[in-house]
Amino acid sequence: MPTRRLSIVLAEDSLLLREGLASILDRAGHEVRDTVGDGDTLLAVVRKDPPDVVITDVRMPPGHSDEGLRAAAAIRAELPSIGILVLSQYVADAYLSSLLETTTGGIGYLLKDRVGHVAEFLESLERVADGGMVVDPEVVRQLLARRRNDGPLSALTPRELEVLALMAEGRVNASIAEQLVVSEAAVRKHVGNIFAKLQLDEGLDRRVSAVLTYLRG
Amino acid sequence: MTPWAALASPRYLLSPWPWRGYAYLFSSVPVGVLTFAILIVSAALSIVLSPILIGVLLLTSFPLIGVAIGRVERWRAGLVLVDGIKTPHAAMPASLSVREKLKFRRREQASLRSVGYGFVLGVLVWPVSAAVAGLSATVLLITLGAPIIAANEQMGMGPWILDSAREGLIFLVAFGPPFFVVSSYLVGVVAGAEASLAKTMLGPRQDELQRNLAELRRSRLDLVDAFETERVRIERHLHDGVQQRLVGLTMTLGLAELDVPEGEGRRLVVKAHAEAEAALADLREAVRGIHPRVLVDHGLEAAVREVADRSPLPVTVQMALPSRLPSPIEAAAYFVVSEALANVGKHAQATHCEVAGWVDRRQLVITITDDGIGGARAGAGTGLTGLVTRLDALGGTLVIDSPPGGPTRLRMECPCRLGD
Repeated sequence: MPTRRLSIVLAEDSLLLREGLASILDRAGHEVRDTVGDGDTLLAVVRKDPPDVVITDVRMPPGHSDEGLRAAAAIRAELPSIGILVLSQYVADAYLSSLLETTTGGIGYLLKDRVGHVAEFLESLERVADGGMVVDPEVVRQLLARRRNDGPLSALTPRELEVLALMAEGRVNASIAEQLVVSEAAVRKHVGNIFAKLQLDEGLDRRVSAVLTYLRG
Repeated sequence: MTPWAALASPRYLLSPWPWRGYAYLFSSVPVGVLTFAILIVSAALSIVLSPILIGVLLLTSFPLIGVAIGRVERWRAGLVLVDGIKTPHAAMPASLSVREKLKFRRREQASLRSVGYGFVLGVLVWPVSAAVAGLSATVLLITLGAPIIAANEQMGMGPWILDSAREGLIFLVAFGPPFFVVSSYLVGVVAGAEASLAKTMLGPRQDELQRNLAELRRSRLDLVDAFETERVRIERHLHDGVQQRLVGLTMTLGLAELDVPEGEGRRLVVKAHAEAEAALADLREAVRGIHPRVLVDHGLEAAVREVADRSPLPVTVQMALPSRLPSPIEAAAYFVVSEALANVGKHAQATHCEVAGWVDRRQLVITITDDGIGGARAGAGTGLTGLVTRLDALGGTLVIDSPPGGPTRLRMECPCRLGD
């Protein structure tokens, strides 16, 4: 059960998915304050009364291209404290790169399939609400396949890369430790090394920055 | 073989060509006379009847008479032109009504040219044919018949008077061969000249040839386009309909998992959930094969990157494309890359693959290079055959360079604009 009750604005043009999401969120004890079906309405509603988190589909009317994403970028620019969880029906570089341009605040990018795993989905939602970053494991896998060899990541050891990949999926240290079958202290050491090697900007949430560096390859 | 080449051949006199020449020249007489009569009568009638509507109608139908003349004459030219004469008329869509078709033909320049040819045929060509072929045939026949004719009565041939079969035979032997040679070549030259005239006036001009070619391309393009539209429609239906429902189903099952108490019922719900997800994954894979959404939304480069990411071996993508290209071209290029990468994964035993794309002189060029074992061929169950056909309709090409031992390099070229 959630640690706190989040107020959420839901933007999704498919009635079926909107109802499904709303009932999941409702059951989890969150407040679905508004449901909208297009990017412009989303912006208007959020500006009028900012929620804790916005959940938005990428493609929405009228153009069915990336209206949700553009609305998300506008919200991020105006109201950076609002967490944004973007749902996409498929993995696309183009979506991801526009998301990665945001450097602070809670952001998430999940495939719609993920919503069916209710517990994990709700966990991701809370992480985004807390200012964390969540990227779909499938997206992480694809990015990993393409990583360049000469980037800042080349300084990291394979183990540190593994830890970073799990961080990108939005896992906390305890979960990473469990996954890699090591102690949490070992994970903390790896994370510290990663921060040092990537020479991260002190001003930002270093965990988010590390993940961003990772995802940009 | 043209009549000129036949004339130049040493075996001309022994070939059927002189006789074909005769046939061409003689047949021009009835056709020419009939053409002349029809044209004159039609012209006269339309002048007489011009005060009433029917005269005007007759006048406007002149190009159609030309079409008919052209048809007969192109057929007749087959006697001396082995390849015949190709029609100068444009192909018409089958959907036009008869009335529209007649209107279309009436306006074609080629129809008017045929009317002009009809006049030349009626006034000049057939009299010349008749004179040349008639004279040649008469001289030949008389020379051939000289022994028989001279046996019966006196025959004046130039300075000689033949009055016996023997003298007739001497004349035939002495003058028959040279007469045959001269008349055969004369007939051949005149027939060749007339056929050339017919070809010039009734055949397609350069621009008409190009237009016909363009029309052919256009109709194939329409086909590819219709095919593409249909794929997009199917994809949209699956994506917005079936896929959404399956996602909805997984959500409901996910919720049910939380509510159902531990036990057999819970186990079944979890199983159903997993099955729904598998169905979703299968569907996503199928949709990708039909027409990937990322291609529709973000264009070729994004779609190629996506397919490269899914490839089991490392793929470098280097693309410098201006913006969006027409969708049939994007789709063709995408499926070439997708198929090529699948083949590399299956057969090439490569460790690395590179996909490059750029635009050079209004041609989209895509190359796919791997460091595998080579020996790839189109058509050897590679699935590239269908893509070559598709590219061909767009005016594009696919070249596979794959020596045994590698490396394999595919190069696709396609004009960036439809109809180029």
